[in-house]
Amino acid sequence: MSLSITLTLNGATRAVALDDMRVTLLDLLRERLAMPGTKKGCDRGQCGACTVLVNGKRVNSCLTLAATLDGAEITTIEGLAKGEALHPVQEAFIKADGFQCGYCTPGQIMSAVGLIAEGRAGDDPERIREGMSGNICRCAAYHGITRAVQEATRRMAEEQKGDAA
Amino acid sequence: MPDTTQPIRFGSNAGQPVSRRDGIAKVTGAAPFAADNQPDNLLHAVYAPAAIARGRVTHLDVAAARAHPGVTHVFTPANRPALEGDPDDKPTMFSFRVEVLQDDTVRYAGQPIALVLAETLEAAHEGVRLLAPRYDMEPSRVTLDDATPFDVEPGGFGRPAATVHGDVEAGHAAAARAIDVTYETAAQYHNAMETHAIVAQWDGDRLHLDVPTQALNISCAAYAAFFGIPAENVTISSPYLGGGFGSKAIPIGPNVLAILAARAMGRPVKLMLTRQQMFGPVGHRGATRQRLRLGTDAAGALTVIDHDGLSATSTFDDFMEPAANASQGLYAAGALRSTHRGVRLDIGTPGPMRAPGEASGSAALECALDEMAEAAGLDPLDFRLINYAETEPGTGKPYTSKALRECYAQGAERFGWAGRPLAPGQMRDEQGMLTGWGMGTALFPCPMFFAEARATLRPDGTALFETSAADMGQGAWTSLAQIAADSLGLPLEKVEFHAGHSSLPDGGVAGGSGHTATAGTALHTAGIDVVRQLGEIASADPDSPLHGAGNARFVAHDGRLWIEGDDQRSDAIEEIVMRAGGVEITGQGQGGRPQEVGETYAMNAHGAVFAEVKVDPDLGQVRVSRLVGAFAAGRIINPKLVESQLMGGMIWGLGFALHEKASHDPATGRILNADLAGYHVPVNADVQGLEVITVHEDDPHVNPLGIKGVGEIGIVGTVGAIGNAIWHATGKRIRHFPIGIPDLLG
Ligand code: FES
Ligand code: FES
Repeated sequence: MSLSITLTLNGATRAVALDDMRVTLLDLLRERLAMPGTKKGCDRGQCGACTVLVNGKRVNSCLTLAATLDGAEITTIEGLAKGEALHPVQEAFIKADGFQCGYCTPGQIMSAVGLIAEGRAGDDPERIREGMSGNICRCAAYHGITRAVQEATRRMAEEQKGDAA
Repeated sequence: MPDTTQPIRFGSNAGQPVSRRDGIAKVTGAAPFAADNQPDNLLHAVYAPAAIARGRVTHLDVAAARAHPGVTHVFTPANRPALEGDPDDKPTMFSFRVEVLQDDTVRYAGQPIALVLAETLEAAHEGVRLLAPRYDMEPSRVTLDDATPFDVEPGGFGRPAATVHGDVEAGHAAAARAIDVTYETAAQYHNAMETHAIVAQWDGDRLHLDVPTQALNISCAAYAAFFGIPAENVTISSPYLGGGFGSKAIPIGPNVLAILAARAMGRPVKLMLTRQQMFGPVGHRGATRQRLRLGTDAAGALTVIDHDGLSATSTFDDFMEPAANASQGLYAAGALRSTHRGVRLDIGTPGPMRAPGEASGSAALECALDEMAEAAGLDPLDFRLINYAETEPGTGKPYTSKALRECYAQGAERFGWAGRPLAPGQMRDEQGMLTGWGMGTALFPCPMFFAEARATLRPDGTALFETSAADMGQGAWTSLAQIAADSLGLPLEKVEFHAGHSSLPDGGVAGGSGHTATAGTALHTAGIDVVRQLGEIASADPDSPLHGAGNARFVAHDGRLWIEGDDQRSDAIEEIVMRAGGVEITGQGQGGRPQEVGETYAMNAHGAVFAEVKVDPDLGQVRVSRLVGAFAAGRIINPKLVESQLMGGMIWGLGFALHEKASHDPATGRILNADLAGYHVPVNADVQGLEVITVHEDDPHVNPLGIKGVGEIGIVGTVGAIGNAIWHATGKRIRHFPIGIPDLLG
């Protein structure tokens, strides 16, 4: 049995034929669409490595069946930078050394982008730590991650102010 | 061997807090990890793990699995193709016996019992489920009390020897005060975020592997041995590791199965362990029970440290956690004894996990030391200072350098240790939380392995440096390039650095906190070899200001070549090369430690960790509210990355102290909490008030670069510091790790 869905993936709308109803968004990206930037750390919603944005909200792509996503807009780590220009969260992660091995990093960054958009944490470190705790980093780069999210939050708020002015 | 008589000056790159050079690749998702590879015609492999710890597999529904659409093949012990190498042999020093469907015996839960190959990952997983194994189960032995201990036969890797210095019985007899305490540490699992993964491709009798490994060239030899091909027929690409922590240093059975399947099917095979499978055939930190008998004289000087460790290993291989060794080398006791015993359980073979021996041993030692200080009525820091070792205890060897006193002083100062009440249970915060302060000393040896490197100076003034061993997150892409650039006096952006492929010069092992020192020395000497050749060219060139310099020593900095100690004569490197006809100059380097250095000196990195905990008096919940670590680890090549690594290590210490424990089901022997929901590792919300101080240390002896290594020491003092802080908050001395809510309730 096969089904075709339409996705807007990192800004480009495309039809995707699903060969199997069991396919998760994570395995669709990684194994079928040649987009392995999103990582698998547990495949059951326990680590956050697979975090992407679906319709602007952060979700664990390993827990999301691709078949449920017809018409959805999806942003992955590959779609965050604008050409050479990194997203402020990506820049902040490099500057604050918010990673070591880099394996959890795509998920951390997508989660941070989602968290900032939720607007619940601001630049309060304690709330950021809480809001980022669905993303495990075994290298334990948490200190840098928190600082990176703080810094990106501030910078994005300033840029928004600048845009509004 | 490098010249160890000449300490090396700081270049302009070493010491700089440069951001990771692989940063952009990592934040954009472009950094390729092994399982990201997707060759054409790929088959997916998933293995079935045993659900019991001991017995036999009596039935597998192979027909049901094979009938599932997409499943192409099922391997079981009945039809597994032959291997040329004996899986019970250990092809290299860093190998364990692997389980690759030899027979139907189950030796531990999680052992591979069948392998399913399919066109899709979904079909392979479903095939595994359909196998519905049945077992003949025997009672399993999974706790330290379930089998009879044996004395460890010393024999290198995984079989620690006993060490005795001084008259232990006299030390006991001389004690005015003594304690006799037993601590336990739990089985812990590495759980790198990237699970083990491999993509195996054969081309005739040549094998290419995309597989994360901390030891590329050793792994080539090991995998080659299983398949009866020369090591040079195997190439491994391992540019990025999603964390290693020791578990990716050792060839593992599932990888052998994937390679075997690829050969049998004539197609590339990808196998990625599930998170649950990370609790099985890929090593772990074995459980320990440690008895410590300490004595002091009336003034508080230690007369004896007598440390016996009981370590769990598997029924079929040896890796006994060398925990008791942590008591050697640190405190100036009159007598020292470290002994090890093992116990064979129905578990996967343990292995090295970040600070093997030191982490578990120090956890027990530092708490015992606190108990001894308490018995002597002394402040824990004062007690450690009374017993400060100026030379290595037992051997009397001088330390190459030891700024531990400064670590104590700077850490205590930053933490605000002064004024700590001696008695426990004295401090509460505004919320009424019981508050306690504890400390621990950290020590980690400075091993060097062996590595080779190549430096190529190109006519355009840029350079290429190459060594195989990879970056698993410690920052080698960056710090090794900094060392390399300094050897040629080049700015970092002119240096290209290649690593992570077995075809490059053998970079040795990225592990044991020795990679920066070992591969760094190899890269440095390769650069120096280029400088030497440049000097020869310039010296022979009548047009060079360095003409006739003969066998003077040359140094390179600021893009020029100089005669050492003479700042009048120099020549631009680019011009030397240009006048010589625009040649490429290639230098070779090696890194290792001359044996005499180890015989003459004791070499360790040191540190002091101070912890503050808050314990909820009603709920028993523990929070670590502050953690300050001061470390002296020789020359720091990149302070930004070093801070990250030390912090990461300290957070591992927090996980050891409060979270990490694999619990076995007594009925089946299976690990009950084999996933990240059940096996807790620290998350972001666990981490606050973390501070790292790096204490300046010049070490002219440890290696020419003065590097000691920081990968593991962070975990070492932290566990004890947290345990001691919990005692100080509550008055409860919990003698096992992790310490949980049930321990502190009531
Ligand atoms: S892979 Fe999805 S949460 Fe871990
Ligand atoms: S950077 Fe390695 S797991 Fe987060």
